[in-house]
Amino acid sequence: MSATEARFSGTATYIATEDLKVAVNAAVTLSRPLLVKGEPGTGKTVLAREVADSLGLDLISWHIKSTTKAQHGLYEYDAVSRLRDSQLGEPGVKEIGNYIRPGRLWDAFTHVSGSGKAGCVLLIDEIDKADIEFPNDLLLELDRMEFHVHETGQTVRAETRPVVIITSNNEKELPDAFLRRCFFHYIRFPDVETMRAIIEVHHPGVKDDLLAEALGLFYGLREVPGLKKRPSTSELLDWIRLLMADQVPPSALKASREEGRLPPLSGALLKNEQDLQQLDRLARR
Amino acid sequence: MFLRLFFGLREAGVPASLLELLTLIEAMAQRVPAFSVDDAYHLARATLVKDERHLDRFDRVFAQVYQGLGEAAGETPEEILADIPEAWLRKLAEKHLSEEEKARIEALGGWEELMETLKKRLAEQQGRHQGGNKWIGTAGTSPFGAYGYNPEGIRIGQHESRHRRAVKVWDKREFKNLDDTVELGTRNVKVALRRLRRFARTGAATELDLDGTIRATAHNGGLLDLKMVPERHNAVKVLLFLDVGGSMDDHIRTCEELFSAVRGEFKHLEYYYFHNCLYEFVWRDNKRRHTERIPTHEVLRTYPADYKLIFVGDASMSPYEIVYPGGAVEHWNREPGEAWLRRALDTWPRAVWLNPVPERYWGYTPSIGMIGKITEGRMFPLTLSGLDQAMRALL
Repeated sequence: MSATEARFSGTATYIATEDLKVAVNAAVTLSRPLLVKGEPGTGKTVLAREVADSLGLDLISWHIKSTTKAQHGLYEYDAVSRLRDSQLGEPGVKEIGNYIRPGRLWDAFTHVSGSGKAGCVLLIDEIDKADIEFPNDLLLELDRMEFHVHETGQTVRAETRPVVIITSNNEKELPDAFLRRCFFHYIRFPDVETMRAIIEVHHPGVKDDLLAEALGLFYGLREVPGLKKRPSTSELLDWIRLLMADQVPPSALKASREEGRLPPLSGALLKNEQDLQQLDRLARR
Repeated sequence: MFLRLFFGLREAGVPASLLELLTLIEAMAQRVPAFSVDDAYHLARATLVKDERHLDRFDRVFAQVYQGLGEAAGETPEEILADIPEAWLRKLAEKHLSEEEKARIEALGGWEELMETLKKRLAEQQGRHQGGNKWIGTAGTSPFGAYGYNPEGIRIGQHESRHRRAVKVWDKREFKNLDDTVELGTRNVKVALRRLRRFARTGAATELDLDGTIRATAHNGGLLDLKMVPERHNAVKVLLFLDVGGSMDDHIRTCEELFSAVRGEFKHLEYYYFHNCLYEFVWRDNKRRHTERIPTHEVLRTYPADYKLIFVGDASMSPYEIVYPGGAVEHWNREPGEAWLRRALDTWPRAVWLNPVPERYWGYTPSIGMIGKITEGRMFPLTLSGLDQAMRALL
């Protein structure tokens, strides 16, 4: 297992907390999947890319939709086009392998990067979007890292076990048998210090006074009762980029807070009309 | 240590399994944590806990186990307790009390004394929670509750003035808000969720219309003619009426959370609140129940008959509230609750009433029997089997 030698310790563009590092390293060392949960916008999906970067592996993403089936990840047998081809008398129709389309898991199991390095990071994004049986259907495949192709009788096995990172938004509960095989990490909403570090990584030139005001407003906003969608890290980053691009002075933020107006460019923070109204109502009071 | 942690967790209701323990030991053997207690804590957490609701319980158990080890190493619990800083206590209270309230506390024996009691209480409870009790608990028993100051909501140990010693990481208990051991009912309703899933997934997805294809191909003289049908989406629409107020509140919150958790499964899920019995008004936001009411007539008109109606309520009230005009406890109702219930049942024939009161007590409350009669026996207890029956009655 070549991946075990590398250790994940955050990257230049990603601030990883201590517990996250341990969880990732445990998952890498033992080649078990890592399940990541957390509020939307706390960097669950980005984590996979950063882990891949820091381990020097390629990233294969499998984005799950409500219609995704476990089989899609393994392979698909395109029986329909084979039928068509047979009627049209195409050559190659005898070879069933021509109609087997490898899925993301197959790719990940057999992936060899351009430089000849085996192994990769496989991201299974938003696993809770799929049917509830979906994780169960993948149990054996993720556990043994191999599966059987019935149509051709071939067995696909991962020589180098990929690092599997799974994200979930908690829309559905995941089955216990699946959970038992994973490491679990819950990305907490970052505290002010971590947030400051995160922003400095993304916007190196940000001025201290602007940052202080923006953070104050942001955390204040998150405390506002009854918001439908509380602004998260990604929204804060966008907002600060806008503030910097528009060269909004820190005093403008301060003034808006003291006078109880909506902060400038608040559309970047609140994506919901009702939330904006709610905030406006509270501010006026 | 891990065995103790493991059994401690299981006792605390965290569903850690043998497989996970083995994984943890394997990871330790492979030296994933670099010989630091913090790392070991993080690793154990990532391995044994699979649900953020259990993180707080894990922190508590870990603190206990670790403290036990500390004792053996010469660090007594008192030493650890001595770390609750005075300033932190003061700040904690200051943050939550207004000037006026502070004055009242002054009158009631003075600040220092109160702080002393709070400190003692903290220490005492930290000791006692070994037995499985919660920390600074419900406001009811605490003298501090009288000021509307509920220590439970305060994250103990999260203040920066605490020393960043290893043992404090889990003492911060940052996941407290996510813990779900609220009431007995939670468990039942959680199981209920699983039932609902099955119920919600009754439109199996088909894309290739096999029968149609065979028929069309045969018509075509054997030349393949594919027939596709649109994927059948789950068409279950649910209209939820939740009883709020009094004893129902705890149940309702769990129900509502769980129902919204399966929201993705239903095509539509709409919910309204009522109090005790359905009358001419319902509301959607319990905080604004007196200002933003929605006429029940409007709800009756809005949702077509293919909605499935689920009432959740204890149905425990005075019989007058059901059968007499003006019987409602909160307002003057021109028509009896029964009329409104019947109207709702006529509009949405597929209906059930879920009752969190255990079935064996139903006989003691006449109103439960009355509502049971109005719903034609479709009242089910909020238990595993009850929900199973209810879902079957709805289908």
